[in-house]
Amino acid sequence: MKNEMELLFDAISDNEGFARVAVSAFVANADPTLEELADIKTAVSEAVTNSIIHGYENLYGYGGTKGQPADRSHINPGKVRVQCLLEGDMLHIQVTDNGRGIENLEKAMEPLFTTKPELERSGMGFAFMEAFMDDLEVESQPGKGTTVRMKKKIGVGDWIDRED
Amino acid sequence: MEQITTEDFQVIDNCLMIRLPEEVDHHRAGFICENADRLLCRENVCNIVFDFENTRFMDSSGIGIIMGRHRKISCFGGRVFCIHADRQIRRILTISGLEKIVEVLES
Repeated sequence: MKNEMELLFDAISDNEGFARVAVSAFVANADPTLEELADIKTAVSEAVTNSIIHGYENLYGYGGTKGQPADRSHINPGKVRVQCLLEGDMLHIQVTDNGRGIENLEKAMEPLFTTKPELERSGMGFAFMEAFMDDLEVESQPGKGTTVRMKKKIGVGDWIDRED
Repeated sequence: MEQITTEDFQVIDNCLMIRLPEEVDHHRAGFICENADRLLCRENVCNIVFDFENTRFMDSSGIGIIMGRHRKISCFGGRVFCIHADRQIRRILTISGLEKIVEVLES
């Protein structure tokens, strides 16, 4: 069976939750384990967050707001596209942005490396995507944008049983 | 969904208790960091406790929050504790290596 869906939304952090919940609702048809769903949500969250804060540099929410509602007059316009394809028990996810792109992909993939240390993020985004999905591919052109492709087999069983 | 408010930050003795929201992601990270740091400067805080009781989702932004706070208090001998972490949260803490620098307490 083949099933496909596509989301297009503004690159603002409000949509991070929406993206991962929408993807997990889409995947729910394929009968994944709870752990697989949690993994997919985390990976989608990482990819979408990267597009928003690195691709389009929409950083509001971090610092300087002093508890006030975030100033939304300086949002960089841009969209994030999330495409999902279920082919049998294989899930393909593609997250695309037309943002600034990644200059040094090799460096960016290193755990703990970050170009925005002031945001106090962990630099583990790509490491998490790799850990939680079966396959990760990143394509990026500086000035043009970035595409992240991830694959995961659904219904394989859960890591909890394997670990215990 | 319950939003995190300033009520979720409490200083008890020399301990800052932070009750984390249901979902800890980049969208909510700014608020958590700002409030935690405000109390770290103002009050006499030595240790920080992150309470995951209501938390069902966390991504690497959450790791960033904990790493950043740990960096701020560890130079004065402070420690970071995580309580009520469910299996998924525990898994994130393990994969990120954070388990080695914070104390995950069995509940």
